[in-house]
Amino acid sequence: MINVTGLAKRFGTVEAVRDVSFTAPDGRITGLLGPNGAGKSTTLRILYGALTPDRGEARVDGLLAGPQHTEARRQLGVLPHGAGLYPHLTARENIRYFGELHGMSGATLEKRIDELVAMLELGEAANRKTQGFSQGQKVKVGIARALVHSPRNLILDEPTNGLDVMAIRSLREVLRGLRAAGHCILFSSHVMQEVAALCDDVVIIAGGCVVASGTPEQLREQAGTATLEDAFVLLLGRATAEVQS
Amino acid sequence: MKPWWVVVRKEVLESLRDRRTLLSALVMAPLFGPLMFSFSMQTMLKRGLDDQDKPLQAAVMGKEHAPNLVQWLESQGLEDVPAPQDERSIPAAVRDGKPRLVLVIGPDYGEYFRAAKSAGVKVYVDSSDQDSQRDFRRLKRLLESYSSQTSALRLAARGVAPSIAQPVVLDEIDVSTPASRAQSLLAILSYFLLFATLIGGMYVAIDATAGERERGSLEPLISLPVSREALVAGKFVATMVFSGVSLALTLASFAISLRFVPLESIGMSASLGPKVLAGVFLSLLPFVPLAAALLTLVASFARSFREAQSWMTGALLVPTLPIMVAAMTGMKPTALLMAVPSLSQHFLIARLLRDEAIPLTDGLLSAGGSLLLAGVLLVFVVRLWRREKLLG
Repeated sequence: MINVTGLAKRFGTVEAVRDVSFTAPDGRITGLLGPNGAGKSTTLRILYGALTPDRGEARVDGLLAGPQHTEARRQLGVLPHGAGLYPHLTARENIRYFGELHGMSGATLEKRIDELVAMLELGEAANRKTQGFSQGQKVKVGIARALVHSPRNLILDEPTNGLDVMAIRSLREVLRGLRAAGHCILFSSHVMQEVAALCDDVVIIAGGCVVASGTPEQLREQAGTATLEDAFVLLLGRATAEVQS
Repeated sequence: MKPWWVVVRKEVLESLRDRRTLLSALVMAPLFGPLMFSFSMQTMLKRGLDDQDKPLQAAVMGKEHAPNLVQWLESQGLEDVPAPQDERSIPAAVRDGKPRLVLVIGPDYGEYFRAAKSAGVKVYVDSSDQDSQRDFRRLKRLLESYSSQTSALRLAARGVAPSIAQPVVLDEIDVSTPASRAQSLLAILSYFLLFATLIGGMYVAIDATAGERERGSLEPLISLPVSREALVAGKFVATMVFSGVSLALTLASFAISLRFVPLESIGMSASLGPKVLAGVFLSLLPFVPLAAALLTLVASFARSFREAQSWMTGALLVPTLPIMVAAMTGMKPTALLMAVPSLSQHFLIARLLRDEAIPLTDGLLSAGGSLLLAGVLLVFVVRLWRREKLLG
């Protein structure tokens, strides 16, 4: 479970995050939805310990997150923007590296890598260098790498960026499978359709603040619109108007 | 396995698969440096030898006016080559180097000489050409010595002691030994070795920090439950491995290539035997962590691979500065200077090549100074890695 309360973070004069609170429970997929620059990545970076918040706190399974708090990071699997693989290493070696850094080794680690390769249907590509991989393959390896230590919580930053339709479909299947296994999945996106197709809960962020949150149905009711897209546009518009006044 | 060791293994594996890193660490420095060094040494030595063996070639115009002078010059190794037709065409011919020198003796030479007045001769030379200049210096020395011999004879003939015209006599006593003469030539050796140490680790350092940031793999890495210190330690040690290997290979290739340089022919003993080699390697060993720390620091500053590369060019020059300053001001090793990294290694290597014993304190000072600076730089690296700006 991921818990964020009253988070604020500023870079120089820019207030990237002003007031963000939400909960992403286990066994559900929570979508962080918002336009570019809304503060999604900053919130996620605080969660996985790359940044220290100015105010508020972020907790993973009740453990405080931050650069000095390694225990919280143990409960997390992270797929950051663009996967970030090592091109000279094979898919397996990429996954193994992170497994070893999590303190795994030997047969346990190799067995886990085999499981992940099978689950993500990497097949023969698992033994090739990731240099020439398609974006879809890279994201899959990135997810396998994030899951190598079997964390309960998974954070994905814009995982569908640059993926084709087939790759997106297969990514959705993977995430649904993880949800069924009881994982807490938090993923950010600026594409409304992505969130609508996959998420159980949606947190809409704009200008560093949470504008609205709830299930897609709740959001539609709240805005009084027929589709989630209309609700998204309406709620965003209201929030921007409030900020301006 | 400790996290830092996991990082070391991965960085080494990745670098071994990167052609550019391999080329710079394991081929470029060990091959290029010694080859260039041996080649330039060989040509330098050859020139020195040629100087003594080769006859001095010059054209003499107006030989008939000074047969005694010409005969004396020829007895001293002057080889007469055909002279240009007339004096007007000399400058062009000399500029072409055909011949390099023309000695012109005027028709009034004999008259002046007999009257015991100063008789002038002219030498045409192109001073922008190195070889011509060297030949000119030889000819000038010959003419001067002929002149002083003649003046001594003239004074003696007039009942005056020649020593009257020579108030001061210079007597040069060269106390250099063959080994110490070799050392002055081999002084640049230490620079090459320091350079090889830096070059060897350069791409590993860039790849492991700026490169990692550029590829976007730094973000998932710091999301792991591993301390920044452990990550820095791993990257630092991996850089050290490549720096150290590059140093060892370069030293070995120096030992081999210097065998083909005819150092003995000019009475120099460049003893690069196993004992001296081991000593040089040991002296440079403390510089390896310093080089790795410097490279990691510079690479951690830079935001991208390209930026890191341009910073590195500057970093490669830093260790040469103390050596250059010391060479220009003729500094002698003192306790303080023995603690200055790169300079102290330079002094140690110079002594080893002279077959001198090294006091233990000097060795410890040199190692201590380098290790201390390496530690300070590492503290800065860790600070850089703790910054929130690390991800850019």
